[in-house]
Amino acid sequence: MTMPFYVAPEQVMKDRAEYAQKGIARGRSLVATVYDQGILMVADNPSRSLHKVSEIYDRIAFAGVGKYNEFDQLRVAGVRHADTKGFAFSREDVDARSLANLYAQFLGQVFTHEMKPLEVEILVAELGEDQKPDQLYHVAYEGTITDEDRFAVLGGEAETISERFAASYEEGWGLERALRAAVNALAGPERTLGPEDLEVAVLARGNGRRAFRRISANELTELLSAPKRSTKSARASSDKAGSDGEASTEGS
Amino acid sequence: MGLKMFEPGEDPGPSFAALLRRSHPGAMPLGGNPSAGFLGTKDVSERGLGLELPYRHGTTVAALRYVDGVVMSGDRRATEGNLIAHRAMEKVFPADRHSAVAIAGAAGPAIEMVKLFQTQLEHYEKVEGVSLSLEGKANQLGQMVREHLPMAMQGLVVVPLYAGYDLRRREGRIFTYDVTGGHFEEADHAATGSGGRDARTTIKLGWRPGLRREEAIELAVRSLYEAADEDSATGGPDVVRGIFPMVATVTVEGYTEVPQAEVAERFAALVEQRGLGRGRAGGSP
Repeated sequence: MTMPFYVAPEQVMKDRAEYAQKGIARGRSLVATVYDQGILMVADNPSRSLHKVSEIYDRIAFAGVGKYNEFDQLRVAGVRHADTKGFAFSREDVDARSLANLYAQFLGQVFTHEMKPLEVEILVAELGEDQKPDQLYHVAYEGTITDEDRFAVLGGEAETISERFAASYEEGWGLERALRAAVNALAGPERTLGPEDLEVAVLARGNGRRAFRRISANELTELLSAPKRSTKSARASSDKAGSDGEASTEGS
Repeated sequence: MGLKMFEPGEDPGPSFAALLRRSHPGAMPLGGNPSAGFLGTKDVSERGLGLELPYRHGTTVAALRYVDGVVMSGDRRATEGNLIAHRAMEKVFPADRHSAVAIAGAAGPAIEMVKLFQTQLEHYEKVEGVSLSLEGKANQLGQMVREHLPMAMQGLVVVPLYAGYDLRRREGRIFTYDVTGGHFEEADHAATGSGGRDARTTIKLGWRPGLRREEAIELAVRSLYEAADEDSATGGPDVVRGIFPMVATVTVEGYTEVPQAEVAERFAALVEQRGLGRGRAGGSP
């Protein structure tokens, strides 16, 4: 048996982080944002059956980027946790915050104690209820958890996409505008993304108990090809819709 | 008060009386001395959870096919021996978006079973990304009934009725169960529970292929009326409290409960028709 060489803990962590980041960067990105009816999640994903965005519980959705098998395992664990909790207590007792914390703990544990960190970045989104705002919990590969209340970008190119998306973000915008902004941010200046390259789902108020809904290919084509309203008239209508018209400038 | 865990052999099951007796005997009425009261531990364990212990019992549920899918209905009465335990109990539940489950038998375990079944169907759908086939769902429920068999042997019988819209075959389908979990697909209609026989006969006489929604609801309402007329454990329309049997439809659009106001109207029409006939079924003098 050979003695392992001494490696400084700093170096170990750095190597692991680099490894995970590289793995995540190989995959495509994802944008989630709040809109007037709930939360919109748009993934750059040409597959129709291997989903990046899924339902966890009545008002909670899951999104993941990176290695599919790894984040899918996390998704299933989340569904199991939520269903068990809802069955043992009550449906209202299931919340995204505690689930996001469990994910963070698990990812942190794997990152520090296992040979290989998980090459994933995940998002737990929760639709607000009774004055509670919509919430997005972003959990990174090493277990860092951040909560956002406007939008979150996951994936290798998160920073550039985030910059592009922040520039077009508007408070209280509608589904169509939010979707178009997300698609443009994901595509960037060089690419164009069509309905067949995208996986889109929403957590929307008015969907009944289970708020999660996938936007079908037909609906997506319709939303993306609808005649573009001029920025001016769209802005005027969004100001009319929400009384907090002043706040809309804050996002851009 | 901490959480008390039971060894598998010690598990009191769904009986609260047994749970209370084991974990907090002092809280029991009748003196709290297990060997003294007539509900003493020894006595109960010898008898098993037999019919002597009071528990709530749900009664008549029925389902029938019509042109768009299925109609499912159930009365609202729960009985405890010869007492009315609850007047507004719900016995028809959405199992998932495209199916409904109705229960007859011991109400407590039946509702637990429905809750487990609902969770199971949704859980499967979320984990797998697709829904089970209607046949698969009916099988699942059968397994749950079978697992309940030991309780059924002790008197706590649960017999569900399952109906749904089969998205692959594009039609409504109905399944009945027995206590062993055996499930059988019914051709056009089914009813179960203490008043099930009367409900079934009424539906049998009125059913024909291609019923419209209104006709199907009318027939479901009439079957419950006849069941309540003959069976003391089945509740009829409660005009005083404004409680009417539950009726729901399952179509390609999904599960929808028929509004109580509409059910009330049907009953009003039925009662008027019966009144004209001076109580004779059929309405002729």
